[in-house]
Amino acid sequence: MGAWLDETLTWGHALLFFLWGVILLLVVLGFVTYAIFFERKVIGWMQYRIGPNRVGPWGLLQSVADITKLLIKEDTIPRKADRALFILAPALAYVPAFAVLAVIPYTQKLYFADINVGLLYYVALSGISTIAIILGGWSSNNKYALLGGMRSAAQMISYEVPLVISVVGVVMLSGSLNLRSIADQQGDWFWQWNFLPQIIGFVVFIIAAVSELNRTPFDLPEAESELVAGYHVEYSGFRFAFFMLTEYVYVYAIAALTTVLFLGGWHAPFPFLDWVPGIIWFLLKFTSIVFFLFWIRATLPRIRIDQLMGLGWKVLLPVAILNVFLTAVYMELFVK
Amino acid sequence: MEKYINNYVIVAIFIVIGILLPVVALTVGRLLRPNKPNDEKKTTYESGNEPVGEGQVRFNVRYYLFALMFVVFDVETVFLYPWAVAYKQLGLFVLAEMAIFTGLLLIGLLYAWKKKVLKWNSI
Repeated sequence: MGAWLDETLTWGHALLFFLWGVILLLVVLGFVTYAIFFERKVIGWMQYRIGPNRVGPWGLLQSVADITKLLIKEDTIPRKADRALFILAPALAYVPAFAVLAVIPYTQKLYFADINVGLLYYVALSGISTIAIILGGWSSNNKYALLGGMRSAAQMISYEVPLVISVVGVVMLSGSLNLRSIADQQGDWFWQWNFLPQIIGFVVFIIAAVSELNRTPFDLPEAESELVAGYHVEYSGFRFAFFMLTEYVYVYAIAALTTVLFLGGWHAPFPFLDWVPGIIWFLLKFTSIVFFLFWIRATLPRIRIDQLMGLGWKVLLPVAILNVFLTAVYMELFVK
Repeated sequence: MEKYINNYVIVAIFIVIGILLPVVALTVGRLLRPNKPNDEKKTTYESGNEPVGEGQVRFNVRYYLFALMFVVFDVETVFLYPWAVAYKQLGLFVLAEMAIFTGLLLIGLLYAWKKKVLKWNSI
């Protein structure tokens, strides 16, 4: 990828970039399909169940069957719904989820866009999905959907602030917003990766990220027991599938971003393990974060909405700001 | 310079692919899925009851207050990011300046806290 980036742009190159983008899209769709399968399997095992095991060998085709079913389901739009916005919302939610993947580097050589404001681009685009969720809830013209959408938006904007402030410490240490150089600058030993020097930022980032993903224990927008399904009650068929797809593409994006920002990206934990290709290390770290997300879903109960807002504004935000100044003082004392 | 443009071409391509997938998938879906609408299917869902009143009900004003707080602190991050990138080159002076700036915003947060804006008392 890197070599083509330096050359003059031609139609051939643009086509090549497009093909690489399509390949990434297929990889992401494959990830989503099997992430859903493994989530159900893992939660099944944790609860002494077997999980899906009927469709295909070991149930491997379960998600494929589910997606096919969604594709051939009738698509109903309620009479009272605002038709244009109703149709727009799922697509608007999905587009930024995929567009943020452009800036994520996988190894030293394998990356897509290498832009200097990579992190800012990620943060800015992922905020757009909030608008789509409000639109979906509002245009359904349904009470549950409206409340779910509003809750979801309130939660997402409340946790976006600690999320973006918690990575400021990382930016300060590496002096760059370029995700490639942030990953590159982390040391060869695993204790030199950002998660230990930035342990406060790391913890805040993980909590806020889980909340941004609307996953348990912060899955209030979808609280099945109180709001039926939140903002996508009225959605059916493939439009519903796009909201689900968005959620899992963000799981992919956040897991990759955490790997790059805090877990050393493609670096091996010890220098003598350098002969293992970087992509293997990246995938190992990436998978453990995805597993971690499934794991907490199986073990933690949902928290109440007053606790949720209190945690975001009264605990995470001050702690994240404190982390910025602790890092600044640390750099004044030890780095300069 | 070429590299700079190429990177943004990739970003544009990703956005195009992102738009293409819903368009293609929903168009293909239209050919595959049945379409037999009737009045019952098109009613708004309300736990099986006839929907009562408007769907777009009034909601808690608290959501608006949170949105206001979000705007304040998101603007703060806009200032924090360039500051953080350049921090290695800048000295103690900018640290003091940022401390004053953040301090002012934290006073605002404290005020909202004391005014019980952050307390959630209903849906």
